[in-house]
Amino acid sequence: MNWKALIPLAVFAGFCIALAIGLTRDPAALPSQLIDEPFPEFELTSLFDEQQTVDRSVLLGQVSVVNVFGSWCTSCIYEHPGLMEMRKLDGFQLVGINWRDTREAGQNWLADNGNPYHVVAFDPASILAVEIGVVGAPETYIVDKSGRIRYKYSGALSPDVVVKEILPLIQKLQAES
Amino acid sequence: MIAELGHIALIAAFCVAILQFALPLWGAARGHGALMALASRAALLQFILIAASFIALTTSFLLSDFSVLLVANHSALSKPLLYKISGVWGNHEGSILLWVLILALYGALAATFGKALPAPLKARALAIQGGLGATFIGFTLFTSNPFERLFPAAMDGTGLNPVLQDPGLAIHPPLLYMGYVGFSLAFSFAIAALIEGKVDAIWARWLRPWVLLAWSFLTAGITIGSFWAYYELGWGGWWMWDPVENVSFIPWLLGTALLHSIMVLGTRHAMSSWTVLLAISTFSLCLIGTFIVRSGILVSVHSFAVDPTRGVVILIILAVVTGAALTLYAIRSSTLTGSVTIATVSRGGALILNNILLIVAAFIVLLGTFYPLFIDMFTGEKITVAEPFFNRLYTPVMLLLIVFMSFGPLLKWRADSLSRIKGKLIAGAIVAVLSGLALYAFGRSAGAVLGYSLAALLAYGTFTAFLSKTPAGPNRLRRLTRLPAATYGFLLAHLGMAVVTAGITAMSTGSAENIARLKPGQAISTAGYEFTLTDLGVGEGENYQFMRAVISVTHKGRTLPDLLPERRYYDQPPMFTTEAGFRLRLKDTVFVAIGEGDPQKGYIVRAYYQPFVSLIWIGALIMALAGFISIGDKRMQINKDLTS
Repeated sequence: MNWKALIPLAVFAGFCIALAIGLTRDPAALPSQLIDEPFPEFELTSLFDEQQTVDRSVLLGQVSVVNVFGSWCTSCIYEHPGLMEMRKLDGFQLVGINWRDTREAGQNWLADNGNPYHVVAFDPASILAVEIGVVGAPETYIVDKSGRIRYKYSGALSPDVVVKEILPLIQKLQAES
Repeated sequence: MIAELGHIALIAAFCVAILQFALPLWGAARGHGALMALASRAALLQFILIAASFIALTTSFLLSDFSVLLVANHSALSKPLLYKISGVWGNHEGSILLWVLILALYGALAATFGKALPAPLKARALAIQGGLGATFIGFTLFTSNPFERLFPAAMDGTGLNPVLQDPGLAIHPPLLYMGYVGFSLAFSFAIAALIEGKVDAIWARWLRPWVLLAWSFLTAGITIGSFWAYYELGWGGWWMWDPVENVSFIPWLLGTALLHSIMVLGTRHAMSSWTVLLAISTFSLCLIGTFIVRSGILVSVHSFAVDPTRGVVILIILAVVTGAALTLYAIRSSTLTGSVTIATVSRGGALILNNILLIVAAFIVLLGTFYPLFIDMFTGEKITVAEPFFNRLYTPVMLLLIVFMSFGPLLKWRADSLSRIKGKLIAGAIVAVLSGLALYAFGRSAGAVLGYSLAALLAYGTFTAFLSKTPAGPNRLRRLTRLPAATYGFLLAHLGMAVVTAGITAMSTGSAENIARLKPGQAISTAGYEFTLTDLGVGEGENYQFMRAVISVTHKGRTLPDLLPERRYYDQPPMFTTEAGFRLRLKDTVFVAIGEGDPQKGYIVRAYYQPFVSLIWIGALIMALAGFISIGDKRMQINKDLTS
């Protein structure tokens, strides 16, 4: 037997092991090139009031959980109870970004399922979504008191992620001055 | 009832595929003729059963039978007929059924057209094809059953993702799968060759048209996908190095290498174990291409059917199929001896170089695609690999490949010397330098000069090699028309590559864009085009409502046809999409997209100018066409004197 002929098998075995480990990882905790970067400037209107603008200043001074959602987004329903639970906690705010939606549909959806957000910005044309590189809804960002993005998660938040990753990080960020 | 019939047919196909795997292998080992002959019949029967199953699923979609879960989740009464049909494969379960249908189709085709093949080789190859069939039908039945019922039945379906409601979906996946799955024959014949311990010219010549067929379909499939992604806009440009795009491109690069190495094997009886390894690798990467994107291991903007729970099963299948093949390769490849050594300076030598470069390119794309996963594994750090990585590493390899593509075909199969083709090399260099200088004089950037010069060099080298097939003399034109089909295939494929190179260069060095908030009557301009928002209106399409803008376009004082970008709102599922107003011409694309806004503040309008982007798809389609033409080459039919 020619030992060189084993090389492809060895390479493939290594690749498989890597994929197997990859399966145990959560690819949804996506990196973002914006991690540790300031949250981009934006100017949108409130979902509930066309006259009221929502901009970057709402993110300053306290820890914010920014959550991208839409009434058309089926997996948003899965994480919604978790967000409602988070609303009961103190010391941070929940900011919703209603993405690729209509005002009416977005408002109805929150009326039906409960509104966990302190502020909801309306982004039907993906203006902010493109800035922060939203891949799909739902998507969640944690922004610190100084307005820097510290964490990004793509996909529906599971209770596990909320308890093990998001809440500890929020606590840590609250301690920062 | 129809769904149950489809389900039963699929179960029957599963049983047939298992028999197709086991009996002929045993028969071939024992020299039992009847058991070997069973392979062909089983392959045909398996195809008929899966076709019946596929027709049953399509019928359920056409009749909008919402008691079938898949139909309820991916179709709706209001959907146009075309999207009811394409909805069959616009989801995970249906697309896997299409995949196994095509797998069985290739098995049936090999059974029908392989009459001249030696009986044991044919039996073993079809058995492996049957084994693949059993594996993937089993995967469909046990993890992704498309015929699952919904009780109580839904009144109406939830609809197909609006982004997928496009003619692109009707043709892109079937073409891509015809390509991916076509390489299964190369895989099956490679395994059969390893079992027999023999690879010869019959093997290579019989297999080459099938590799060409798969490669041509894959080329066309990727091209259509690129075009679809481009005009759908939401998905970015013509190519964005997204994992899903990459995993379709890696098999293309390896398939291209295979296409050339199998040619060396058929002509020079060399590179036998290399060709077998390439055949195994190409199909394995096709498997990765189809399945890894569904496992949730990689994240992509295009993956519309992700379910991590299937990931484990997918990985086990991949490990068993490819692992077994590579183990067999490790044990048996030393029996496949290439008797001929290839001279460094010869067409064979140039093709080896071509193989190395293509594999390096494939490896770079693979690395870029899976690198984030590896980094996460070893350091726990999450990163993304973006365009700059690929541009920096992949582009130089491709440019080098184009240089070698330009003069490799000028060499002879047997030992040759560079001094023999010195004149042509110098002429080629002059062509490249002159075109570069001319462009530089017109103020083009260094990247543009390099790209266009290489495209010119490749076109020149290809033509020269083509013309050198017939020495100058009387009736040259007539002698040229009598050249074999594969020679025309070579000419078109390499010219197609030159056209693609020119298109990519133009697109990446000459594009321009502009964005502004416009009230009716206002205008923006980019690259000499002026876009005026003249009118706005609303209306209703077949299953959506839209707001449409009328944008008038002028270029150097000349008025061009209006562009009509739309914003669409779909009810099922509720979602906005943007349809750009397009004018796609050979020489450039201009398009505008309209965003949200109101009459007081104005509407967001984006205008883009992209020169010669159409050349990328035209060139790629020429390459696909070249592959189809080559299949007709008479020299590839195995005739009596070869088999005896």
